[in-house]
Amino acid sequence: MTQAIHVPPSPDITDGGQYRAGSIRRQLVQRAGFALLSLMAVATVVPIVLVIAYIVQQAAPAITWDFLTGFPREGMRQGGILPAIIGTFYLTLGTAVFSVPLGVAAAVYLAEYAKDNTLTRLIRVAIINLAGIPSVVYGLFGLGLFVLFLRFGTSILSASLTLSIMTLPVIISASEEALRAVPQAFRTVSVSLGGTRWQTIWRIVLPQAVPGILTGVILGLERAAGETAPILFTGAAFFLPRLPNSPLDATMALPYHLFVISTQVPEMPLQIQYGTALVLIGFVLGMNLVATIIRSRARARRQW
Amino acid sequence: MRQTVGGGGGTRRTNPRRSWGEAVVTRLIQTSGYSAIVFVGLIFFFLVREGLPAVFQVPLGDLFSARWYPIEEYFGVLPLISGSLIVTAGAMAVAIPFGIGTAVFISEIAPRWAREILKPLVELLGGLPSVVLGFLGILVLSPFLRRALDLPTGLTALAGSLLLGGIAVPTIVSIAEDALDAVPKSYREAALALGATRWQTIWGVTLPAARSGVMTAIMLGIGRTIGETMAVMMVTGNAPVLALRLASIVSPVRTMTATIAAEMGEVATGSQHYHVLFFIGMLLFVISLIVNVIASAVVFRQRTRAERVLS
Repeated sequence: MTQAIHVPPSPDITDGGQYRAGSIRRQLVQRAGFALLSLMAVATVVPIVLVIAYIVQQAAPAITWDFLTGFPREGMRQGGILPAIIGTFYLTLGTAVFSVPLGVAAAVYLAEYAKDNTLTRLIRVAIINLAGIPSVVYGLFGLGLFVLFLRFGTSILSASLTLSIMTLPVIISASEEALRAVPQAFRTVSVSLGGTRWQTIWRIVLPQAVPGILTGVILGLERAAGETAPILFTGAAFFLPRLPNSPLDATMALPYHLFVISTQVPEMPLQIQYGTALVLIGFVLGMNLVATIIRSRARARRQW
Repeated sequence: MRQTVGGGGGTRRTNPRRSWGEAVVTRLIQTSGYSAIVFVGLIFFFLVREGLPAVFQVPLGDLFSARWYPIEEYFGVLPLISGSLIVTAGAMAVAIPFGIGTAVFISEIAPRWAREILKPLVELLGGLPSVVLGFLGILVLSPFLRRALDLPTGLTALAGSLLLGGIAVPTIVSIAEDALDAVPKSYREAALALGATRWQTIWGVTLPAARSGVMTAIMLGIGRTIGETMAVMMVTGNAPVLALRLASIVSPVRTMTATIAAEMGEVATGSQHYHVLFFIGMLLFVISLIVNVIASAVVFRQRTRAERVLS
């Protein structure tokens, strides 16, 4: 090849300054490029900080004991949001009841049992697609299957089942990753001591993977807790003067409540709207924080 | 005491109750493993079951016409599709440059301390419920846009695009960053050793090498955007008009997702309107399927190429 090879700048190059000029230009381009990219990153991140700071600032006066533990009054324009908080808690719990056992079992299958064949690949495609289905389509599905076909009605049960199917892909992928991270030697030793496959999984592999699984579970449930569209037609109530009594009751929920008071109720005091938004963010980000803490503590304590 | 260990055969004495229990557990786990396929099948089945009647009840020409006015039984879905498209296109115009730019900055340029701040913040954005963003869209973003652009209303496709851009950014950043991280260090070192600046290395070597992962990031960002419901319903103004001109970006539109969410609560089960809404759900399902298949096909191609290189 006849093409010249660029040599890194060094003091003893003597080419009449040609190289240096090109080098300076390239350095300038790099400076400008880096500046542009860092500006973009800052422009991406700063609004996030501003948004949260703004909500906290606007909502601070609204967060009182009465607001957190009281019932809505005067067409929701006064009083508290207790039924919505409890409702979101129930929905999250209900989602966990269905999605955690199923999701972890599916992950155990994929990580420990599944062979690399067409069926397994099909399962993976299905998981990817579950993760990509729009949340409102889950709502339609829940309406069709749980509310109407199985006659669970608009209820905590229907909404939790809908949310748990939506959460499943997150839990499966995170748990599978956690299981796969457990070193193969643990399994080999257990089996060589006479443990069966299931004993090995139950007593050796799963306990080691618990922090990773827990992180995935919480992140999945966090998403479920903040979702509105899947519960719109499956379990959310506009207004309930009491707490739900059974899983077959409809319930208020924080995200739906925020939607209702910010779009459907005229002359809604802003303070209550911001207060509700802050409680919802606190609920969701609190879960996120717990997941982060579990993850970093497990990482620090891990022996392999 | 157990004497021998082996692949389940020969002299090993097995407790019959335990092996029976083991068989049951294995079966249960296997069944759970297949559940994802079952659920995708169920979702498709129920969408078709409730959505397909729309095709027989409403003539196809009317279904794909430009007028959506359910009260007078006009069920043209084109305005809704165009609404989804214009909002998504706008969102991508925001999210692709900012998402990829941020991913490159985090992965290639930022010092460690900046990375430790940026990554959790982007994840934080990903964790914010869309209804909260919609809420702020109503109270802060749309009044701002109305004043800044002197519009009759701030609730427009543009407001939706900006919010959805924000919602898509975390998806794009995290996947694109993974893709950039996966580029072997030796690629960069080779480029730098040949005298390229870091900037030239990023554009000439690292990004092209991570191309398929970046494409996946963009596809999944698009998927996330088309499927987003609450934020978009709250800020786009809910006007089901055909959005074909460039000016449509600053006028109210209505997306497919928003239409389902806004109207499903008020229709009678089994009515024409009900079936048409499920039909729109079917369209959304198919779109998300296509987007995801393309996204994973890109990843798949990358893997086979890696396998080829390794073998």
